[in-house]
Amino acid sequence: MTVQILIAGFGGQGILFLGKLLAYKALIEGRELSWLPSYGPEMRGGTASCSVTISTEPVGSPIITNPDILIAMNLPSLDRYEGSVKPGGMIFTDSSLIERPVARTDVKAFAVPATRMAVEMGAPNLANMIILGNLMKQCPDLVPYENVGEALAKVVSAKHPEMAEVNLRAIKTGFGL
Amino acid sequence: MSEKVLMKGNEAIAEAAIRSGCRFYFGYPITPQTELAAYMARRMPKIGGVFLQAESEIAAINMVYGVAGTGKRVMTSSSSPGVSLKQEGISYLAGADLPAVIVNVQRGGPGLGGIQPSQSDYFQATKGGGHGDYHLIVLTPDSVQEMADLTGLAFDLADRYRVPAMILADGTMGQMMEPVVLPPERDAAVADKPWAVTGTENKRPHNIINSLYLAPDVLEKTNDERYARYAEIQAKEARWESWMMDDAEYGIVAFGIAARVAKNAVTHLRQNGIKAGLIRPITVWPFPTSAVTGACARVRAMVSVELSMGQMIEDVRLAAEGRCPVTLCSRSGGMIPEPQQIIACVERLAKGGK
Amino acid sequence: MAVVFSKPKSLTDREFHYCPGCPHGIIHRLVAQAIDNLGIEGRTIGIAPVGCAVMAYDYFACDMVEAAHGRAPAVATGIKRALPDRIVFTYQGDGDLASIGMAETVHSAARGENITIIFVNNAIYGMTGGQMAPTSLPGQVTQTSPYGRDVATQGYPIRICELLSSLDGPHFIARVAVNNVKNVNQAAKTIEKAFRNQVEGKGFSLVEVVSACPTNWGMTPSKALAWVSERMIPYYPLGVFKDADEKEDRA
Repeated sequence: MTVQILIAGFGGQGILFLGKLLAYKALIEGRELSWLPSYGPEMRGGTASCSVTISTEPVGSPIITNPDILIAMNLPSLDRYEGSVKPGGMIFTDSSLIERPVARTDVKAFAVPATRMAVEMGAPNLANMIILGNLMKQCPDLVPYENVGEALAKVVSAKHPEMAEVNLRAIKTGFGL
Repeated sequence: MSEKVLMKGNEAIAEAAIRSGCRFYFGYPITPQTELAAYMARRMPKIGGVFLQAESEIAAINMVYGVAGTGKRVMTSSSSPGVSLKQEGISYLAGADLPAVIVNVQRGGPGLGGIQPSQSDYFQATKGGGHGDYHLIVLTPDSVQEMADLTGLAFDLADRYRVPAMILADGTMGQMMEPVVLPPERDAAVADKPWAVTGTENKRPHNIINSLYLAPDVLEKTNDERYARYAEIQAKEARWESWMMDDAEYGIVAFGIAARVAKNAVTHLRQNGIKAGLIRPITVWPFPTSAVTGACARVRAMVSVELSMGQMIEDVRLAAEGRCPVTLCSRSGGMIPEPQQIIACVERLAKGGK
Repeated sequence: MAVVFSKPKSLTDREFHYCPGCPHGIIHRLVAQAIDNLGIEGRTIGIAPVGCAVMAYDYFACDMVEAAHGRAPAVATGIKRALPDRIVFTYQGDGDLASIGMAETVHSAARGENITIIFVNNAIYGMTGGQMAPTSLPGQVTQTSPYGRDVATQGYPIRICELLSSLDGPHFIARVAVNNVKNVNQAAKTIEKAFRNQVEGKGFSLVEVVSACPTNWGMTPSKALAWVSERMIPYYPLGVFKDADEKEDRA
């Protein structure tokens, strides 16, 4: 089993953070993985993407050309990567920010109003965690809900341990708990 | 001890260097290797080591030269344009027979180039780079695990042969995170270095760290002596991974990130009924010539997959000794070949094309 | 038989290669004498430049390192950071320190590295046969300023002591000369102080020694020394430009 996940959006939407959380979960669950960020000259804004491969075997190339799963957090990312998703794959979109539906009919599309849900729960920056919660719900084998707390503890800044709790709440909201 | 942690390649190099007894790091910020310097800046002061952000790459490599002269383990890191600036100092390190480890997390060039991954400093790394007759030992990791493992090896080889060693990585290797088992801590006190400048304590004649020999016959002698060591390194230290090569009809030679992509391509090609295999140099100096020469006698063609306009292919061709055709499959400027490009290249060869 | 004059222990028996009348011999001796007087020869590491003093590593009896052109302060930084209890000095000329190595000079000073720099200013590139140096005087004729240094196109000389003393990093910056006995004696004291500062952990000390180059100036040694008094010292005034000790005393 090898699953390639491409996460893309604006810088500042927590694209890399979401990828890291997936990577740590895979590590905790004893899987092979790679996490590869895009890197550009800008520190804020611009586009960001992150390629996460989770596998039961050693990961070949960490570069993802045709993802099994695309998480598009903004319209440019959906426009750019929609066509690259493998037939039968999945596309998660933040439908609060992306007004158009997924055009592909050979993939499973999940439109999650993540930003709106995040705003409603009082954590407007955590649309990424809402989407992650939804991904966990749709892909329980790939990203089981278990261990999410342990993974969060690894990724959340040591300076702000209280953020783990807020992130977990957002994940639960996305999961529908 | 065997606990896996998740780290960026750049950080794995830094931590592995520290665990290999390196307590001195000098650098200058440049993308995409800055995490390495930042890691050293955080860790070194906590363990009694030295991190110093130098005024330039030139100063950094000369600080390395100073520490290396005292016999202590020392590292600098940079990316392509910065490594060009270090070439003068690297030539002096080689000329003074000083061990040190230089990391190049390559980005596209020439000039300011770009900041995306590249392997276009292959010539610079393997053929000298600075002025004069010399080589570096050049190690090419293809995973975060190897970023850590080859760093320790680089220090050991540099000390053993009194030759500076280079980790030749690229932006992908530096930026990616993978699980890694870090090497155990080793004592900073390493090999006996009677040549080091540590103060005579009035107990021995003065030691001199130097690369100046104005008498040409003397300079030639030092070169001959150094090349005898290089010959030993070539005989003993070439490292490579042979993957699916036993029955391969088409061989790929690739290192670093290109090898990772090539492995995917080999898997696909075999699923399509084409017997492909991979030779992955782990050292590019010394180049694994014997492995490539042997393979070239058995395969129909060899493909050099690179992130450059074609640099390693010259070594592949030399090793092939005309036994089989050698083809280039590459991208440059920060682009990375996709498996599909490699597959198409090999399929074309299988159909009798070039 | 009583010994009334001897070579410092910190010099080897190697014969100097310097030209007749060249003050490098005097300056080497002053450095060696300072090392002897402080009893630090066994724990001193010197760094030779590229320039006329390139082979200083053969003359000083302590451990020595030959650095790339201009890089001696960076090399010294590395050595001092690796061996903080060693005494580390560089011996550099004007091309080495004030031209190609300016960044290393300024930044080692700004960092306040606890090292000692002996800077020999003879206003010319000696080793390569007399080209214009960053410290060549306006109007000075050299191989690469054959009509005299034209400040309109070749710029002005750099006064290193004045420049560095504006920084917070250095502990001690002074300029001396070796053109007469009085000045040589003063230079001896100043160089020893620059080493003592390091022994006492006070930080960056630089002594500029206004020197001469009879060969490339095209003068006899005695005329060259007269030129130092008449032309060099007026442009490069002698004295202490910064001494953090005195500042503390005043405070």
